[in-house]
Amino acid sequence: MERRARRKRGPASAGLALIATTLLAGLSTSAFAAEEVAKIDTGDTAWMLVSTALVLLMTAPGLALFYGGLVRSQNVLGVIMQSFTCMAVLTLQWILFGYSLAFGESHGGWIGGLDFLGLAGVGQDPNPAYAATIPHLVFMAYQGMFAIITPALITGAFAERMTFKAFLVFTLLWSTFIYDPMAHWVWGVGGWMRELGALDFAGGTVVHISSGISALAAAMLIGKRLGHGHEQMPPHNLPFTVVGAALLWFGWFGFNAGSALAANGLAANAFVTTHVAAAAATCGWMAIEWLQRGKPTVLGAASGAVAGLVAITPGAGFVTPLAAVAIGVLGGIICYYGIRLKESFGVDDALDVVGVHCVGGIWGAIATGIFASKAVNSAGADGLLHGGPGLLLTQVAAVLATLVYCFAGAWLLLKVTDALVGLRAEEEEEYAGLDLSQHSERAYVLGSVAD
Amino acid sequence: MKKVEAIIKPFKLDEVKESLSSIGAQGLTVTEVKGFGRQKGHTELYRGAEYVVDFLPKVKLEIIVSDESVAKVVETIEKAARTGRIGDGKIFVLPVEEVVRIRTGERGSEAL
Repeated sequence: MERRARRKRGPASAGLALIATTLLAGLSTSAFAAEEVAKIDTGDTAWMLVSTALVLLMTAPGLALFYGGLVRSQNVLGVIMQSFTCMAVLTLQWILFGYSLAFGESHGGWIGGLDFLGLAGVGQDPNPAYAATIPHLVFMAYQGMFAIITPALITGAFAERMTFKAFLVFTLLWSTFIYDPMAHWVWGVGGWMRELGALDFAGGTVVHISSGISALAAAMLIGKRLGHGHEQMPPHNLPFTVVGAALLWFGWFGFNAGSALAANGLAANAFVTTHVAAAAATCGWMAIEWLQRGKPTVLGAASGAVAGLVAITPGAGFVTPLAAVAIGVLGGIICYYGIRLKESFGVDDALDVVGVHCVGGIWGAIATGIFASKAVNSAGADGLLHGGPGLLLTQVAAVLATLVYCFAGAWLLLKVTDALVGLRAEEEEEYAGLDLSQHSERAYVLGSVAD
Repeated sequence: MKKVEAIIKPFKLDEVKESLSSIGAQGLTVTEVKGFGRQKGHTELYRGAEYVVDFLPKVKLEIIVSDESVAKVVETIEKAARTGRIGDGKIFVLPVEEVVRIRTGERGSEAL
């Protein structure tokens, strides 16, 4: 990076640099480098540091509480632990080799090279190929938070029955063989989906469809929870779930508006569309549930918000706030029906990862093909409503490719995990709950009834 | 000696306890229980899935009294626990063979 920047400078400054380099020989060159790369924008950098932290907040406490409240009380720690562990283990995977596989120099558009192994060459200077005004380290960290939350989303499908060991093996395999290549296809320079012209502003395909369809494979392979269908399994703490959903909403500003990679008008557009879609989808889900079932439920409102956030993710930086209303309302309604799909398939997708993330993600990708406008983002494309029918086809192609690759890949990796360590907890362990059987702890020690 | 067992609505517990104290009842054991009688349960709705809750939370109280005061105690509980709506509960009276106060070794009505 440093070398590339130096080559661009004129002869006069090159001379100065030579003198400066000589003077500073033996000392740290960081001060010099900072002066030389005047391209770093402090506003952009500040916003991206905050966005990075916001996206981390989505995994824990956001997702951890959202999922934790939905399970039965004997499994709440087990579920929270899986989200929390993603933050730890996938951070190491990311800096050691994950980032390089996703954003290293492209090999045929399929996978990144090993250039950034162990963060080699990822320093305080920007990487203009991805974000010219913020340190490369910030870009890497920001993307790393996406790599953390995506596998954590899948845990909702196999909640309450997978061993911790199996979760760990599967998550590492999935991140390496599914997430990293997917991120490269869509966001990597030279990635084939990016070259195709598919639009995915903040990770509709990479994060939501990929995790959602993998969740389907996981729920199918691991089988239903013991007692599913005849025992009641109501959520044990809906206030947790609502707090979790609200934290996801809050963190999503970093997820979507941060995907502008700068503190600018595009970030503002993504910020507003994100907020509007979440609000609209909450109303949409609440309304349809009220009409169909007679009562608007709190869990419905929280689920609607998440559905709207999923739906707007690919289009946040390409559509107008008014389009976000349509994307949100329809997203809430579509996902309301989406979560009923599992009944016809007979799959125990415990926390509705498929119905919300896969179905919502597909709707978001298609909606982007309908509502995207170059007036919002000149780097984007015009969708169906703005005279560009081609984009919709491209979006559908990207969705289909994601569905096929991630479902088949997840299926294979689950089989590998099963062969290595076994997927499911023993029957007795499952009855006792994951908290006790996997971690030797209980969430509610003061409870008078140990149920 | 008799044991009076009453299943009542949880929010009526304080009222029943105070009424019993006011007639001089000494000692009372309370348990949180679940069950159903003629009162139907309710339906809960989570993401479109309906859960029928048959077992409703109730409070069971147990009190051992002398034969003479049984009628008074039963009447007191009955009055204090009644709302007039379905689900008010039931009172059972059972014979008690022996009572022992562990601290002193007293037996029978002495131990009440």
